[in-house]
Amino acid sequence: MGEDNSNVVLLDFWPSSYGMRVKIALQEKGVSYECRQEDFEAKSSLLLEMNPIHKMIPVLIHNGKPICESLNIVEYIDEVWNHKPSLLPSDPYKRSQARFWGNYIDKNVYSRGKKVWNGKVEEKEESKKQFIECLKMLEEELGEKPYFGGDEFGYVDVALVPFTSWFYTYETLGNLSIEAFVPKLVGWTKRCMEKQSVAKSLPHPHNIYDFALKYREAHGYE
Amino acid sequence: MEEVVLLGFWTSPYVMRVKIALLEKGIEFQYKEERDVFEDKNKSELLLESNPIYKKVPVLIHNGKPICESLIILEYIDEVWKQEQQLFSADPYYRAKARFWIDFFDKKTTTCGKKLWANKGEDQDAAKREFVECLKLLENELGEKPYFGGDHFALLDIALIPITCRFYTYEKLCKFSVEEECPKFMEWVRRCNMRESVSKTLPDPFKVFDFVLEVKKRFQIQ
Repeated sequence: MGEDNSNVVLLDFWPSSYGMRVKIALQEKGVSYECRQEDFEAKSSLLLEMNPIHKMIPVLIHNGKPICESLNIVEYIDEVWNHKPSLLPSDPYKRSQARFWGNYIDKNVYSRGKKVWNGKVEEKEESKKQFIECLKMLEEELGEKPYFGGDEFGYVDVALVPFTSWFYTYETLGNLSIEAFVPKLVGWTKRCMEKQSVAKSLPHPHNIYDFALKYREAHGYE
Repeated sequence: MEEVVLLGFWTSPYVMRVKIALLEKGIEFQYKEERDVFEDKNKSELLLESNPIYKKVPVLIHNGKPICESLIILEYIDEVWKQEQQLFSADPYYRAKARFWIDFFDKKTTTCGKKLWANKGEDQDAAKREFVECLKLLENELGEKPYFGGDHFALLDIALIPITCRFYTYEKLCKFSVEEECPKFMEWVRRCNMRESVSKTLPDPFKVFDFVLEVKKRFQIQ
């Protein structure tokens, strides 16, 4: 399939780590797109039409056809715009491992992280422990490699790096130092931020923090 | 010499997906049944070693290398054994759509599946309504096609058919009829059961029901 930048729209919500994944992937591939911000209190009719089941962002609309679920979208982008850089490795076993870790990140990082900054106060210590445990597992998987993808930035890096824009929020509201527990992972974060695709796609951590405070004020602890 | 081993448990619909895929592709494999999947102390060393993070079946071990998570295994099988009918569509958009539906379905069966047989009263009723709604959405997605894959039995069919061996259990415990609620879906179920890969893999629904009753007794669930 040839390249086609003519009609690529991303429905997004700027603090969403899932939306950031898609932006990074599009940037990596040099695909130009229109980004439309959604308001969660008043979802657009386009979002409701394109993702009637979950009514959630991100949604990539390519030539009028919607693709939903962020890692699904990242794979789609890698397949359609299949020039370099490749996000997934070509070897089937390495691809399965990349998908496994993407899935692990999906199952654990957001939910454990949310309990750290917005969880019940009495469960705070346990929530922090669980969150750090998850980051340690990821740091172990990273090992001595510069990126999860090896020498090249890839799918797993794309899956995880957006959450790092939330690290300041986790640390401040959770009262913990992530670097103290997972210094190698923080090193990886800095390496990723040197990439234009990442630096352009992640909001400033202080903006995320302001958003988190407002969210907590509006919704209370969950 | 290829060595393909599948670690499984006879009631797991996720294991059934992999078995069906291997049979469809004509891949020879050795199946190893776990003694018990509920308590870690009863799990085989091979399982604990091959899937240390989740300690769950299915695990496919190909030439000594383990692959975990049923959808990831199906993608791996399709990428390695290209000789037979492809399970995934060649079109990235339809691939993304299939992944989306499987993810939607898996999330639904995780949230409401257990409540259908382990809960009572309003919780069970709510789970039943959610489950029926999910089947209706799938029925809508199927439309007039013989299979979710179109003319060919493919990935989405393989992913969805295993749960149907639990329908008798759900119907008995929740007092409803899938045939009445979703007749087209049941037509598709019967069509799939005519395929050898499916009829050889899915267990007897009555045996599944007996097993669920045993589990309820074992864990003292009323």
